[in-house]
Amino acid sequence: MSNNTTNERSRRYLNPYLGGVLLGLVLLAANFVSGRGLGASGAVKSVVATTIEAVDKDASETMPFMKEYAGSHSGSPIKSWLVFEMLGVLVGGFLSGAVAGRLKLKVEHSPKITSRRRLIFALAGGTLFGFGSQLGRGCTSGSALSGMGVLSLGGFVTMMAIFGTAFALAYFFRKLWI
Amino acid sequence: MGPLAPNEIISENTNFLLAFFIGIAFGWVLESSGFSSSRKLAGIFYGYDAVVLKVFFTGAITCMLGLLFMSLFGWVDLDLIYVNPTYLTSAIIGGVVMGAGFIMGGFCPGTSFCGAAIGKIDGMVFVAGLFLGVYGFAFTYPLWEKMYMAKYLGEPKVSEKLGMSDGLFGLLMILAAIGMFMVAEWAERKFPREEY
Repeated sequence: MSNNTTNERSRRYLNPYLGGVLLGLVLLAANFVSGRGLGASGAVKSVVATTIEAVDKDASETMPFMKEYAGSHSGSPIKSWLVFEMLGVLVGGFLSGAVAGRLKLKVEHSPKITSRRRLIFALAGGTLFGFGSQLGRGCTSGSALSGMGVLSLGGFVTMMAIFGTAFALAYFFRKLWI
Repeated sequence: MGPLAPNEIISENTNFLLAFFIGIAFGWVLESSGFSSSRKLAGIFYGYDAVVLKVFFTGAITCMLGLLFMSLFGWVDLDLIYVNPTYLTSAIIGGVVMGAGFIMGGFCPGTSFCGAAIGKIDGMVFVAGLFLGVYGFAFTYPLWEKMYMAKYLGEPKVSEKLGMSDGLFGLLMILAAIGMFMVAEWAERKFPREEY
């Protein structure tokens, strides 16, 4: 019985190699259309820059981070390719979840830890990831995946640093997951 | 012909509209591959679920081959394709900080948005964390600026650095990926897993 349920559930996910080919085609389409790859943290950066500018009009002259941002982005920060792309990600993720029957408000965690503990670590992990993505000029999508797709040396270096560190620390955080 | 926007074949607004549709496809593929589940994602680090490795490397290789073929056919001008710049110090340190975030939070930015989209509260909290982290970086940027700009190497391709053609490097990457996939399939059989 439980075996049956497992099979049924796993069938709902795409075959990972097929998923990878489709992901590669999406990344290829992004490059063909815009000349750049995909991204995620860049959209967060745009929203952050927009809010800072809304609160402090002079920030783009007085704040070094905003100066750096303005140097690499023209026009209004919210009107960025990645912001539109990430809005699409929310829609696409929702649609896929709806079709597969996975829409459910829940905290996913190992039975060995409480929801509270999971959420504390999710917040801490998100904060570190957000910070690191700024330092590393992009996250797993924008720097590692898209960088590797165009053979960027930096993309390969960042990919190895992300996965290498996570593997190295896995033992210490094993109770969160197994 | 391609890329379309840099060649001004499509307008800026069309480019934004296509960004939205490309995003829908991106979100769909991530979610339907299981990337909305932190326990599936974290599985790669314990061997019980290697979906991240399989999807990620197949994706990077598909794009790489696609670009190589499209450039051979004259469909895309590779000189106009953005190659991420390499700032060695921050690429490594940023990656290390992100890796720590990955094993603690179980998501990366793109996947956390997918998780949040289907109602994962841990995904929503991770997204809130992303904003905190980016604000944190924005307000402390002068502290990191030197590190952020250190060891700038330009926009080198890894194939150039290794002194081989893109095609040869691509072939080696495919062989390496096949090797990793075989290890991954073995690990998934060895370590028990549940479906989440």
